[in-house]
Amino acid sequence: MDSKDKIIINGSKFSFRPGETILQVAERNGIEVPTLCYIKGSMPTGACRMCMVEVKGARNLLPSCATPAVQNMVVETESERVIKSRWINIELLISSGHHNCLTCEANGDCRLQELAYRYQVETIRFPESPAIYPIETSNALIIRDFSRCILCGRCIQACNEVQVNNAISYGYRGTASKIVAVGDLPLDESDCVFCGECVQACPVGALIEKPSRFKGRPWEVKKVQTTCPYCGVGCQIDLHVKDNEVIRVTGTEDATPNLASTCIKGRFGYDFINHSERLTSPLIKENGKFKEVPWDEALSFVADRLGDIKSKHGPDSIGVFCSAKITNEENYLAQKFARAAIGTNNVDHCARL
Amino acid sequence: MTNPISDIEESDTILVTGSNTTEGHPVISSYIKRAVEFGEAKLIVIDPRKIPLTRFATLWLRQNLGTDVAWVNGMMHVIIKENLYDKTYVETRTEGFEELKETVQRYTPEYVSKITGIPPDDLVKAARMYAEADSASIFYCMGITQHTTGTDNVKSLANLAMLCGNIGIPGGGVNPLRGQNNVQGACDLGGLPNVFTGYQPVGDPAVRERMAGAWGVSSLPESTGLTLTEMVNKAGGSIKALYIIGENPLVSDPDLNHAERAFANLDFLVVQDIFLTETARIADVVLPSTSYAEKSGTFTNTERKVQMVRKAINPPGQAREDWEILCDLSSRMGYPMEYRDCKMIMEEIASVTPSYGGINYTRLEKEGLHWPCPTVEHPGTPRLHVDKIVRGLGMFHAIEYHPPSEIPDKEYPLYLTTGRVLYHFHTGTMTMQSDGLNDLAPECFVEISLQDAQDYNVDDGDLLKVSSRRGEIRAKARISDQAVRGTIFIPFHFAKAAANKLTNAALDPIAKIPEYKVCAIRIEKLWVQGEDR
Ligand code: SF4
Ligand code: SF4
Ligand code: SF4
Repeated sequence: MDSKDKIIINGSKFSFRPGETILQVAERNGIEVPTLCYIKGSMPTGACRMCMVEVKGARNLLPSCATPAVQNMVVETESERVIKSRWINIELLISSGHHNCLTCEANGDCRLQELAYRYQVETIRFPESPAIYPIETSNALIIRDFSRCILCGRCIQACNEVQVNNAISYGYRGTASKIVAVGDLPLDESDCVFCGECVQACPVGALIEKPSRFKGRPWEVKKVQTTCPYCGVGCQIDLHVKDNEVIRVTGTEDATPNLASTCIKGRFGYDFINHSERLTSPLIKENGKFKEVPWDEALSFVADRLGDIKSKHGPDSIGVFCSAKITNEENYLAQKFARAAIGTNNVDHCARL
Repeated sequence: MTNPISDIEESDTILVTGSNTTEGHPVISSYIKRAVEFGEAKLIVIDPRKIPLTRFATLWLRQNLGTDVAWVNGMMHVIIKENLYDKTYVETRTEGFEELKETVQRYTPEYVSKITGIPPDDLVKAARMYAEADSASIFYCMGITQHTTGTDNVKSLANLAMLCGNIGIPGGGVNPLRGQNNVQGACDLGGLPNVFTGYQPVGDPAVRERMAGAWGVSSLPESTGLTLTEMVNKAGGSIKALYIIGENPLVSDPDLNHAERAFANLDFLVVQDIFLTETARIADVVLPSTSYAEKSGTFTNTERKVQMVRKAINPPGQAREDWEILCDLSSRMGYPMEYRDCKMIMEEIASVTPSYGGINYTRLEKEGLHWPCPTVEHPGTPRLHVDKIVRGLGMFHAIEYHPPSEIPDKEYPLYLTTGRVLYHFHTGTMTMQSDGLNDLAPECFVEISLQDAQDYNVDDGDLLKVSSRRGEIRAKARISDQAVRGTIFIPFHFAKAAANKLTNAALDPIAKIPEYKVCAIRIEKLWVQGEDR
């Protein structure tokens, strides 16, 4: 980094690369500038006006996400003027919709709530605008609560610039503004493929995973990072667990290869884990019917039968199918079992199928 | 994949063939779409269906089913003729160029057009677009491999990449997209009849001796075992017992009616799974195992990256992790396998597998590792063949085009090709338990072009009977502009209307992959949409 390029933020000097924005320099140096609409890696839109900062010599406050750092620029991120502007901004956002946190899924994981707390916005001087668009609950996966939407546009960027599904955009104008799918159709009749990128990007409770609703609060869950069990991309996902149940899945932020993206299967395809038809006991078939038996009995039976067949017909009369769905460690043991315990190379899986 | 996923956005030209990427590998498709929409990349899609990715394509070529060797040879013909190939690369890093040149000489754009149906001009355009790029990558999936000529198809794509010096560079490569989360790992860890872990051949006495030593046995079987399809074919014959872990061959195998009869002839069938699948139902013993959320271990993704799987919840009832079941059973059969946990298994894997030698849980906890990773100091290998091709010199294979093993005739006048839809996974064991996913893709369908629909007087939603020489299924018609005249598409996920009752079990002679992507069928209309049954 060229040490000649310096910018002063809140009294400290920082160097910057050409083209870097004030926000990027601040973030890199641990100065938190609040944002609502900003998505790392996407084009800044300046829609939310939350990251406004005071720049010496400039008449107006400037959006730090879209203003490039300039040599010797002097920036204040929390001056009185800045705080006042944020204060009003937050008030307006809260009054623009129906921000009742009591049963909102985002409670505890909401940027607007965090900011209201941080800037101590206690009373709202503006009247709450009536909701013009009813909540959309027609599909099984994503709830769209327009009354909680602050029109930050993060969902649009997530859909169009990250996933490139081009399913949603801004629609209508002024106070009638709304995030719409093509033709303002409900999501399940639109081009939406239910990847859920928009839900994860939404800073408030306007987009919600329907299957997770009322299943648990953000602070009640334990998040466990793991690897998606579906396709070979190997997306890193976080399982949100409460009471021994996976209640929600999100893409792991900042982890490769997916950088928090997932598809519909990775995000929504987890019902099978807690399904009532899961096998819970070993079964042995007797007279055409399955009977539940203890492990000990089942495994002794299998060991005896395989042993018999091996001694009668030789090890190559037995085959083992390992699996593209089990772990590396388990595949290793499965082929070791076939080769060392049974004595056959008849081991394969459905790689080709 | 020879190259990491993150390389995609560095390609100048991306060629996608035989992969319906937006549905099969959605997150990779986003990388491709971003490269085209927000970067400078050009995209060539070569696919018989008008898949969603064609909306982003600079060029879309629609080849006849099973004619891939022909168009690849055709592209190479043009590239050599117009001197667009990378001469330095070909001279210094490959062998067999003269033979290749001679073979592709005959594949003029006009000749190729007769076989593939691709207009000669389009083929020339594609050849130039691929060859003139500084870095060009190729992505393919089962649409390339599930043919009797699957091995030829793959080798042809490798020829093309080498010819243009696209191996071992950022944004280049030949990149198979692996269908299931751990296909790569299952192969790496020796889940194949001819190799131990890390592709060490069972036929090599030195390897066998080393493995026998590590495993504490006096000897190991030396002859190559049977493949899955061969085991199914010999079930009841020389194969008396099968032990099946986490697979559902009674939906995924080709020519299912045959497979069902074969399984019925087994003396003993054990299925270890999380649900009572179609296959488990006919088993003698069923052992309940755990889902990914209830187990620890690792998966290896399509870019050869080994990543952690972490246990989040306890399994239901008596279900146990697959590795515990195997250890317990093996010990009962007189070969004790004792491990404290998966970490200990990975330590053993690293000790017997050169390409996984440097991989351990302490490192993986921080970040996944791409193999080959031979030592604990080695950073892993996101990109293969960088300074030289792994085997030394890259080998060109001169390959001739051969038609698919079954083509339409009077009796079965239409082509059938099978594949996936976005909303379901493989045989549906997991995804079909989700109401949300079922809502979006509730049942099987028969995708048919508007022209064929008119010819057969079929409307959207009509119930069709689809039959081949091997069986028949019933499903509703879906008229779609994704389909091409003369070719029907059916997804294979659905047990109730299993497309694999129709498919042909003819195998690629080397890879032993069945020809899922091409067979001959006929259709009949049974009911009109909305009519009472
Ligand atoms: S779910 Fe995915 S496709 Fe649908 S609107 Fe959201 S980001 Fe777009
Ligand atoms: S739905 Fe959420 S992400 Fe989209 S504009 Fe509204 S608040 Fe922002
Ligand atoms: S989230 Fe989707 S794209 Fe990612 S690994 Fe899972 S199935 Fe594949």
